[in-house]
Amino acid sequence: MLIPCPHCGPRDLGEFTYGGDATKDRPDPDRATAEDWNDYVFHRDNPRGRHAEYWHHGQGCRLWLKVTRDTVTHKIEGAETVGPAKREGTPS
Amino acid sequence: MARYSVFSLLGNALTGNRKWERVWRSPAPKPAYDVIVIGGGGHGLATAYYLAKNHGITNVAVLEKGWLGGGNIGRNTTIVRSNYMLPANAHFYEHSMKLWEGLSRDLNYNVMFSQRGVLNLAHTPSQMDAYARRGNSMRLHGIDAELLDRDQVAKYAPGIDMSQNTRFPVAGGLLQPRAGTARHDAVAWGYAYGADRQGVDLIENCEVTGFIRENGAIVGVETSRGTIRAGKVGVAVAGNTSVVLQKAGLSNIPIESHVLQAFVSESLKPLIDGVVTYGAGHLYVSQSDKGSLVFGGDIDGYNSYAQRGNLPIVKHVAAAAVTLFPNLARLRLLRSWGGIMDMSMDGSPIICKGPMPGLYINAGWCYGGFKATPASGWCFASTIANDAPHELNAAFTLERFAQGRVIDERGAGPRPELH
Repeated sequence: MLIPCPHCGPRDLGEFTYGGDATKDRPDPDRATAEDWNDYVFHRDNPRGRHAEYWHHGQGCRLWLKVTRDTVTHKIEGAETVGPAKREGTPS
Repeated sequence: MARYSVFSLLGNALTGNRKWERVWRSPAPKPAYDVIVIGGGGHGLATAYYLAKNHGITNVAVLEKGWLGGGNIGRNTTIVRSNYMLPANAHFYEHSMKLWEGLSRDLNYNVMFSQRGVLNLAHTPSQMDAYARRGNSMRLHGIDAELLDRDQVAKYAPGIDMSQNTRFPVAGGLLQPRAGTARHDAVAWGYAYGADRQGVDLIENCEVTGFIRENGAIVGVETSRGTIRAGKVGVAVAGNTSVVLQKAGLSNIPIESHVLQAFVSESLKPLIDGVVTYGAGHLYVSQSDKGSLVFGGDIDGYNSYAQRGNLPIVKHVAAAAVTLFPNLARLRLLRSWGGIMDMSMDGSPIICKGPMPGLYINAGWCYGGFKATPASGWCFASTIANDAPHELNAAFTLERFAQGRVIDERGAGPRPELH
């Protein structure tokens, strides 16, 4: 599996660490209920097909990526940087 | 259906093996059953078997979208053990071990259960301490465990690199002598044979496409072979739990599906007597009766429904195998394959009543489902028949995550790829 890093180009899976489901947003600690936290921490959509997920390019640019991948074919639709790097205007 | 015995073997041998009967029927689905079990793998077939045997419920159908035993029961590395530390797991898996010990006789089908021992290696003094603690916990639960020092390990598994020059020298290990291996396909076939003989309908090529709900209760399923109604519906489809439960309107399930690969080498003369696991990486290896080494390691580590994995893990697992047994360096791999694991958020299974009446859930086996097959079926049958969990599976609820009652044997937290 090659992951198309927006920074480094297509790179081998071995350079990345998996970060899991990218559809869950961390609840606002001031407002979140116990149920919100339970949902954020434990529940997953776990789709058979299109899946948005985080990968960390630890042995490359060291940025976090949001990758859209098919969980049946392993085909990757695209990847974009997330977090502070994105805000600073690095390529995505 | 005739029972197997030395006389049936002899009789059929003398008639050229032309008169063996089919091992199970292939019935068309009836319009309604008392209980439907979705999933014709090890757990589903065992559930049907124990529903009939323990609870007298024989008007049961097992619905399988492919062929019986085509999923994880036919894709594992055949290891059976009960070396768990936390009470809920220890009691459950030890119950499974006791069922394994009488299983061939109970089923009248040889599952080739071989109690050759499982040895977990330790490579640091702190790992030895952790194994001593685990072993003590097991013995307090009435499970056999022996702490081995370096010399005892060298004697138990002579092929292991015992030198002090390796990066992670072996310090000792924890042995469970009653653990071992079983012939995985035979377990599925044995339970299928046992269930069919008691009148359970095993229906293959029958994919569940939806659930029928009336007044909030599940009262049957829509399938690729028509509508089938049932008083109770049990779901035992590990790997595809999220997909099937979604059809019942349940989306918030604490499970991720991951791919786990397994490997078989070419045949060797006897080299590894029991099952050996590497403690400084992740590897479990045993030798089949044909002489092949059967081994596996980590899951690939990302969500997947593809029953095949990627090359980095192949290299990773092979490297661990050669590190532990240097004389395997020139061994060739015959086959590798993948199975889809229901990775739960704490590494422990879920056997419980569903959130709506008529639905029962058996899921979240991570990659420990094979050894659990007998107890899983036994407990799930009890839960379905009594509409209440047995004390052995009372802790394996869907609600335990919200309640803070997780059973996290490894202490890895809600990161399924780490369990």
